Amino acid sequence: MISFMLNNEVEQISDVPPDLTLLNYLRENKKLTGSKEGCASGDCGACTVVIAEKNDSGKKLEYKAVNSCVTFLSALEGKQLITVEHLAKGEELHPVQQSLVDFHASQCGFCTPGFVMSMFALYHQSNEPNRDDVLHALSGNLCRCTGYRPIIDATLNACHNKQPDKFDLEEERTLAQLDALPREQQGIDGLYTPKTRQALANLKRNHPDARLFAGSTDLALESTQQLKTLNQLISVSQVPELNVLQEEENGVRIGAAVPLNKLKPLLLKHFPMLDELHWRFASMPIRNQATLGGNVANASPIGDMPPALLALNASIVVDNGENKRNIDINSFFTNYRQTQLATDEWIESIFIPYLPQDSISRAYKVSKRMEDDISAVCAVFNIEFDDKHQITRISSGFGGVAATPIKAVELKQLEGKNWAAKSTYELGTEILSQAFQPIDDVRASAEYRQKMITNLWRRFWLETNPSTARIQTRVISHA
Amino acid sequence: MRKLIELPESPISDKQGRIGKSTKHESATRQVSGKARYTDDIPEQVNIAYAAVGTANQSSGRIIEINLTEVRKAPGVIDIITVDDVPGHTDIAPVFDGDPILADGQIKFHGQPVFAVLAESVTQARQAALKAQIKTSDENSEPACLSVADAKEKEHYVRPPYSMMRGDFAESYASSQHQITQQFDVGGQEHLYLEGQVSLALPEEQGRMMIYTSSQHPSEVQKLVAEVLDVKLHKVTVDMRRMGGGFGGKETQAAQWACLAALFAQRNQRAVKLRLPRMQDMITTGKRHPFSNSFSLGFNEEGLIQATKIEVAGNCGHSPDLSDAIVDRAMFHADNAYYLANCEIEGLRCKLNQVSHTAFRGFGGPQGMLVAEAMMDAIARQLKEDPLTIRKRNLYDDDKRNTTHYGMQVEHNLLPDLIEKLEASSDYWSRREAIRAFNETSPIIKKGLALTPVKFGISFTAKHLNQAGALLHIYTDGSIQINHGGTEMGQGLHTKIAQIVANEFGLPIDFIEVTSTRTDKVPNTSPTAASSGTDINGKAAQNACITVKERLAAFYAEQVKGDAEQVKFEDQKVTLGEHGIEFSELVQQAYMSRISLSASGFYKTPKIHYNREEAKGRPFFYFANGASVSEVSIDTLTGETKVERVDILHDVGNSINPAIDIGQIEGGFIQGMGWLTTEDLKWDETGRLISNNPATYKIPAIGDTPEVFNVDLYPRANEEDSIYNSKAVGEPPFMLAMSVWSAIKDAISSLSDYQVDPELSTPATPERIVDAVDKLIATQGF
Ligand SMILES: Cc1cc2nc3c(=O)[nH]c(=O)nc-3n(C[C@H](O)[C@H](O)[C@H](O)COP(=O)(O)OP(=O)(O)OC[C@H]3O[C@@H](n4cnc5c(N)ncnc54)[C@H](O)[C@@H]3O)c2cc1C
Ligand code: FES
Ligand code: FES
Repeated sequence: MISFMLNNEVEQISDVPPDLTLLNYLRENKKLTGSKEGCASGDCGACTVVIAEKNDSGKKLEYKAVNSCVTFLSALEGKQLITVEHLAKGEELHPVQQSLVDFHASQCGFCTPGFVMSMFALYHQSNEPNRDDVLHALSGNLCRCTGYRPIIDATLNACHNKQPDKFDLEEERTLAQLDALPREQQGIDGLYTPKTRQALANLKRNHPDARLFAGSTDLALESTQQLKTLNQLISVSQVPELNVLQEEENGVRIGAAVPLNKLKPLLLKHFPMLDELHWRFASMPIRNQATLGGNVANASPIGDMPPALLALNASIVVDNGENKRNIDINSFFTNYRQTQLATDEWIESIFIPYLPQDSISRAYKVSKRMEDDISAVCAVFNIEFDDKHQITRISSGFGGVAATPIKAVELKQLEGKNWAAKSTYELGTEILSQAFQPIDDVRASAEYRQKMITNLWRRFWLETNPSTARIQTRVISHA
Repeated sequence: MRKLIELPESPISDKQGRIGKSTKHESATRQVSGKARYTDDIPEQVNIAYAAVGTANQSSGRIIEINLTEVRKAPGVIDIITVDDVPGHTDIAPVFDGDPILADGQIKFHGQPVFAVLAESVTQARQAALKAQIKTSDENSEPACLSVADAKEKEHYVRPPYSMMRGDFAESYASSQHQITQQFDVGGQEHLYLEGQVSLALPEEQGRMMIYTSSQHPSEVQKLVAEVLDVKLHKVTVDMRRMGGGFGGKETQAAQWACLAALFAQRNQRAVKLRLPRMQDMITTGKRHPFSNSFSLGFNEEGLIQATKIEVAGNCGHSPDLSDAIVDRAMFHADNAYYLANCEIEGLRCKLNQVSHTAFRGFGGPQGMLVAEAMMDAIARQLKEDPLTIRKRNLYDDDKRNTTHYGMQVEHNLLPDLIEKLEASSDYWSRREAIRAFNETSPIIKKGLALTPVKFGISFTAKHLNQAGALLHIYTDGSIQINHGGTEMGQGLHTKIAQIVANEFGLPIDFIEVTSTRTDKVPNTSPTAASSGTDINGKAAQNACITVKERLAAFYAEQVKGDAEQVKFEDQKVTLGEHGIEFSELVQQAYMSRISLSASGFYKTPKIHYNREEAKGRPFFYFANGASVSEVSIDTLTGETKVERVDILHDVGNSINPAIDIGQIEGGFIQGMGWLTTEDLKWDETGRLISNNPATYKIPAIGDTPEVFNVDLYPRANEEDSIYNSKAVGEPPFMLAMSVWSAIKDAISSLSDYQVDPELSTPATPERIVDAVDKLIATQGF
């Protein structure tokens, strides 16, 4: 059984197909057709709903927008699912709704419920958001009609004139209702939600064909796009070991099932150069679900975090319930979408060592569209120095240039050289121009990718040398 | 009715139903609360079944066998149809033949629907559709033609080439001081309406069929459904409340899904819904036509165009669909706003093994206009002048240079003034200086600036489509229902129509209810397209109002013994001199006196004519104008672009609803910007569309909206007698985005100190921009 609240009602579900998406559950089972399907692949946001759950203190509710089309019902366990139908108080629209009306921000209206929900989440998360905050919050919602200007204005207006809404007023009651939901369940038949490492190991043993998932932002597409039937699913989201988020002596440890938005503060505290990679990773609602573990396990050559982990010399802890292994990220990806993970194993956590004092690193992503696009090329560079500015260690990671996420091993030749010397840059360019044989695909040609490898190297050099650092190298300056 | 409804005591005093007021979109409240119902949201009938289509896996070939054994065996399957099961017409083409409802012997494009399957659930239908085996042979089948170049070489055309000309190109070209030739490609565009294609068919008694669909052209859906079912038109009713976006993609290409649903509904006597999954929608429906354009241009020392020879070659896909008119419109607009002295314009309609490309906001106009703007940039670089200077010099004037290449006089020419105003308000020249200075000290990031105008002809070029009807009912409480032939796809048409009716009767907007577009209320309607929605349906609605008003006025004048001509409808009252009566009161009296409170209205656009043989005439009632200034930054290392600031001044005549008009302008601009920058259609070498979902095809996201985005309406009434002297606004703003393209070229050109006009096909993706930068550096040694 999976228990949750659908708007104000307690729902207990036991008899649905495991791969039923939230969107289909709402539209087909509950006949709540306010949430729309625009793509069923997480790309358009028409299906956006909000999930409210207790925050870490347990005393407040936290509201997060998610794409209901790529989410399975297990994500609701113990939480409140809020849909567009529930926002108004009788005839009185919610402030974010009223603001959209007042700013003439809906035309065909098909995207509108999704925007409403993303705005509603922002309304609850942020005080006085600025324009950038609004863009990020709504980065997963496409509108083909308005050009967005009125939506941005409407959002700023609603959030800057914030009043407690009915959800604030009902918060205590909702918390109590959530507390009263039955716990310690293991999901439903075919859709398991183990709460311990051991339970996960047992389920995996008993259902060897079952697919693991965390945020399901990759896996769900197999069902919604490829029309596969996924009848054995195990969610790893509630296993405590996979939810750690801690600063250790030598680095940070990130549980495989921690969503990207949740790990953001810790990650960016120690690795601020990952900021752009983070906000350009998918969209706000996807990042509310997508996990680092999922990104690594998915082993896509165009995933954005593996290049960063390669350049930062991370290691992956894998587990099968009995033994844990520590795998160097450099040997983790073995072939196109293949990893060292054995069939009975899962990823428990990712460890990223702190950067030494004298080091510089940058992470770059190039894609057709700035927001919510998959990298044509992703490149991450990290250089450590001695006190004479000689390179003592160089590491890198690339996405989109080979069958796996990959590093440029040959760059080792730069060790011992002076980073500021033009010859060092040139040697690097020469090495990188031969390092990989990227492919042509829908996102970019092989030639362009090749150019990006060396051009991003150039950008890196320009940005990190005192003599050239004042040169503007970016068209977007992100706050 | 025995007893009349009681009238409310204190009349509502909302005055919003006025022309020129930013009345809210009629559905806004329902849209934000999730209550606005789209076709897929209609509560389902108990016996509903779901259809899906199975598609071809190659671009050409003759079908030898469609093996459906596994499909039939799949869980939940109820019925399957191929083209052989269609009782009536199998060709559902809108104008010229060539669009089989399901593949008919030959495969025309990769992804073409070959059969359809009906099942108990959506998933079952879609899964079953994957299980067919379609055997084909290349024998007796031409090899697939997959490029415009190939089609041109083989003279593969869906319609014959066509040309327009004036004067003597050859001679004036030869004697021109400067000559330039250029070739560039213009990308197509996926509509990506947020609501995909969907239809619901309900069989009714007496062999009738009720269709709910997301279509811009209910009357054509009605006709085609009747034809495939082999029944008379009066057996089919189409109801269309709203679309979640159309943009032209649901003008002809919504019909196929309605027809398939209707076929299943008729065969099985069950309600049938067919909704395409997004990827299939993108694969099986046509797009904006990609074009290959070239020009030879002669001009004098001042940069005035002396001679032009233009070729616009549209990739039409496998069938004509609307391509004849679309390529014509590209030709009509190859001048954009400039006087082309001696010119030859040829339009080719290339036939490829691709989905049949179709209407999309601008209807070929944008692809043609880019030629004009490319010419302006080319002249400017050659003469080392600012492109704006060259543009202004070449504009139509009020004197000798005021007739288009198809013989239409450019009357009420307001672009010179409009551009001057925008030039000032956008601070063009001082920003030009600042940008030059910035570029001199910035080796990697380059900025660009451009001002481009738009002059867009309003009317369907197929003359008979320029007609519209409306049906007005006044009920005995004074409330009004208005129905008209136009469809609501977000553009605010119903809101404007409600305003028009409210204005005519002097009533608050909430007295007026615009109901869904239905073929049983207003028959034989035109598609909602060519920006004509408000122009023609607004006039038709107004005419219906006038008819009823005349009846009421005559009735009231008789009562108070006055002159019917002097009766006024204002502020919920009907007045004549010192006499006055509440509107609803008068309506009740009129009812009791047996006066008809219902009327239809009709309108046809005056003045237009065009002789296609001679390529001369006045195909357009008037022109809508506008101009925009865009400032961009490009990263010469990656090709990434940012549109930093946009200023727009646009001519909508007297605005019926400024908020809606500005919404159209902003939305059109951003859609145009997407077309010219990130929206990159890609087919692989087998002809398969590979940019087939929103993960691989990128329309503008919220972060692409320029932070500074100033939009103003040019305050001048339409001189032509359009509805309240307003102007159409659906399509024209789309082309304002050309300034983004031109500004990107300007930024690239800065690398050559503005000496060289870079070649830049569209969309100007990061990849294309880097290529243009590198090419300029390599060939020019800058
Ligand atoms: C709209 C959209 C945009 C996207 N944009 C980006 C982007 O910009 N950059 C990018 O890199 N990715 C992007 N993605 C892909 C995806 O979001 C990421 O790969 C994400 O990190 C996957 O995490 P998840 O938790 O959702 O994975 P899931 O879908 O839950 O799982 C993915 C795979 O990993 C396996 N898995 C998950 N957790 C574990 C574990 N602990 N141990 C072993 N195996 C496990 C699953 O079995 C599955 O095979 C995008 C996806 C969508 C839908
Ligand atoms: S339907 Fe498009 S993101 Fe869910
Ligand atoms: S209003 Fe139509 S997609 Fe946003």
